[in-house]
Amino acid sequence: MSTEKQLFTVSIYTENNIGLLNRISAIFQRRHINIESLNTSPSEIESVSRFTIVVNMTEENMKKIIGQIEKQVEVIKAYYHTEEDIIYQESCIFKMKSGLLFDEREIQNIIKESNARIVTVNRDFFVIEKSGRKEEIELLYRELSVFGIMQFTRSGRIAVSKEEMKISTMLEAFQY
Amino acid sequence: MDTKTIKKEAVNTQTTECISGSEAIVRCLLEEGVKVLYGYPGGAIMPVYDELYKFQDKIHHVLARHEQGATHAAQGYARISGEVGVAIATSGPGATNLITGIADAQIDSTPMVCITGQVASHLLGSDAFQETDIVGISTPVTKWNCQVTKASDIPEVMAKAFYIAKSGRPGPVLVDITKDAQFEEFDFKYKKCTGVRSYIPVPKTEMASVAAAAELINAAKKPMVVWGQGVILSKAEEAFKAVIEKAGIPSAWTIMGASAIPTSHPLNIGMVGMHGNYAPNVLTNQCDLLIAIGMRFDDRVTGKLDEYATQAKVIHFEIDPAEINKNVKADVAVLGDAKASLEAILPLLNKNTHPEWHQKFKDLYAIEFEKVIKDDLHPTKEGLTMGEVINQINIQSKGEAAIVSDVGQHQMIACRYAKFNQTKSNITSGGLGTMGFGLPAAIGAKMARPEREVVSISGDGGYQMTIQELGTIFQQKAAVKIVVLNNEFLGMVRQWQQLFFDKRYASTEMTNPDFVAIAKGYYLNARRVTKREELAEAVAEMMASKEAYFLEVCVEKEGNVFPMIPTGASVSDIRLE
Repeated sequence: MSTEKQLFTVSIYTENNIGLLNRISAIFQRRHINIESLNTSPSEIESVSRFTIVVNMTEENMKKIIGQIEKQVEVIKAYYHTEEDIIYQESCIFKMKSGLLFDEREIQNIIKESNARIVTVNRDFFVIEKSGRKEEIELLYRELSVFGIMQFTRSGRIAVSKEEMKISTMLEAFQY
Repeated sequence: MDTKTIKKEAVNTQTTECISGSEAIVRCLLEEGVKVLYGYPGGAIMPVYDELYKFQDKIHHVLARHEQGATHAAQGYARISGEVGVAIATSGPGATNLITGIADAQIDSTPMVCITGQVASHLLGSDAFQETDIVGISTPVTKWNCQVTKASDIPEVMAKAFYIAKSGRPGPVLVDITKDAQFEEFDFKYKKCTGVRSYIPVPKTEMASVAAAAELINAAKKPMVVWGQGVILSKAEEAFKAVIEKAGIPSAWTIMGASAIPTSHPLNIGMVGMHGNYAPNVLTNQCDLLIAIGMRFDDRVTGKLDEYATQAKVIHFEIDPAEINKNVKADVAVLGDAKASLEAILPLLNKNTHPEWHQKFKDLYAIEFEKVIKDDLHPTKEGLTMGEVINQINIQSKGEAAIVSDVGQHQMIACRYAKFNQTKSNITSGGLGTMGFGLPAAIGAKMARPEREVVSISGDGGYQMTIQELGTIFQQKAAVKIVVLNNEFLGMVRQWQQLFFDKRYASTEMTNPDFVAIAKGYYLNARRVTKREELAEAVAEMMASKEAYFLEVCVEKEGNVFPMIPTGASVSDIRLE
């Protein structure tokens, strides 16, 4: 097992409970582990939520953290993945001055080449949306920043694993 | 039940009871078999207290003098009986005062349900009077917690609370109930909780791991067991004894495991850890197989991890998968309930005796006896020792008493020297080290097991942290025997200052009040002992008392607890002086 720190993506299937976010983030906070990104959403199973958390740590500590997460009563199952184990995406939104769209022809090319999308345009501003890997988003940010960005925001990572996560069969076993 | 209204439903003939949320809370407690609960009233919990008044012939509410005392009493109740302890408090400061006891119960795996009142739901988040986010505050120190804002949720949440608190690795649960939910009426129906789909209380025991463990035990030449509270919590005492007797394994205990088998059992080789016995600490680093049962390798047990039993193979019997490989890597992990696992492994074990290996423990015990134990228990120099007081209690109780200790030097001495014949007899704050735990915990223990002798042993520091619970003892007529070993110091901190801070006794010397006068102020029998000649007779008088009794023993001021593993040192570098 590697003792080097690396990026792990944690997938946690949980009951939909108000306090659980607090409980899970406290596990990281208590051990002084910075959460790189965190996303919560519904999962493929009805009434089951899914957390996707990205952290940078050693695999040994990752395993211990997974144990602590699974120990929480309302956590159904937690998995951790390396970068190679998953398909992942993030998305981001830029708000920029509308004038740029006509004055700076290059912006149109950047949008096209980066597979970004113009969501809306009005008299004052336009909004660009882009989904992709972190590096692609960072590249787009660098390219657009020279023109002046009015607002920028980026989502946490969302990811699916290449291998099956046997969560549905587990949940069936819970039915009684 | 004179207040409930029974209404007939129009279509079917089934009767449901329409009752208030607050009555439902009390009815849930009765359904769970709760006979005693500890608490303190206040605005946001008053509707429940009104119901407790109505149900007082069925459930006994004990008024503590501080909510922290209520939690420790509930813990003492749980620890001696194995049942869930219950504490109740109002919102705001009432709720936050529970936190120390909850944290203590969490780290020592004590089943406890805490009920807190909360401001009405429309006031939540408005900084209302006595509003505090107790669910948020208690999250890191509870096994589970929940806020209820609708009366109809009360039965299910309460059932779940009790189930979670006592199942698997036990722990504290907090249920926060808004005042409007307490007033709201609904159709009450109770169903005990038998499972939560996201929660596996006891992991499956793999027979392959049991077989692998048996193979290691059968092959070992120098095996050693370290057991913890898991043996007690899973009621595995008999199965445990059968295993160690068959395989002839010397067995040591963590502070939380004490009393699971009698002190006098020939395979009981004493306590491990910072102030544990010499032989099991030293030989941890010589055994070829370390068998950990229901314990979690706390740092006070292991000392320096890099030099802890590195020569040995390790088997870890454990109910909580998160404990496996957390601190010490296990070669074989046997997940599951200790009792079931031990019963499963018993037929696979070969009979063994390991006489030479046992002799090593005896030899090291002889050294410890000469250097430490003799002078602790049978001192000849002036000044009473804590050890001789425990020795007198042993003589008088014949090992039948439950010893409830606080935290500090007296706790280490009590755990080292108290003799136990029965399980669940050593009640102390192990993981959190909560000064002030002892006195209120003794109240709970005595009330859960009134037929047992319960002796509370505290130092002069910790005693004063919850001294107000003398009022509870007086009001409840709880026949607790209270011993304060007074050295006019915060003794353990002073010992560290002496050893590691060049005797700079910063804020450890105590100017104490007249403890006997205070006890008498609460109308308790009380006595002070300053001379060795009086000790035996005074302890005998205390133990013979049918009522609560307070005994202050003025012990030597600067006595130290040895052996000792300094922080960061290896277990085998344990110091005898």
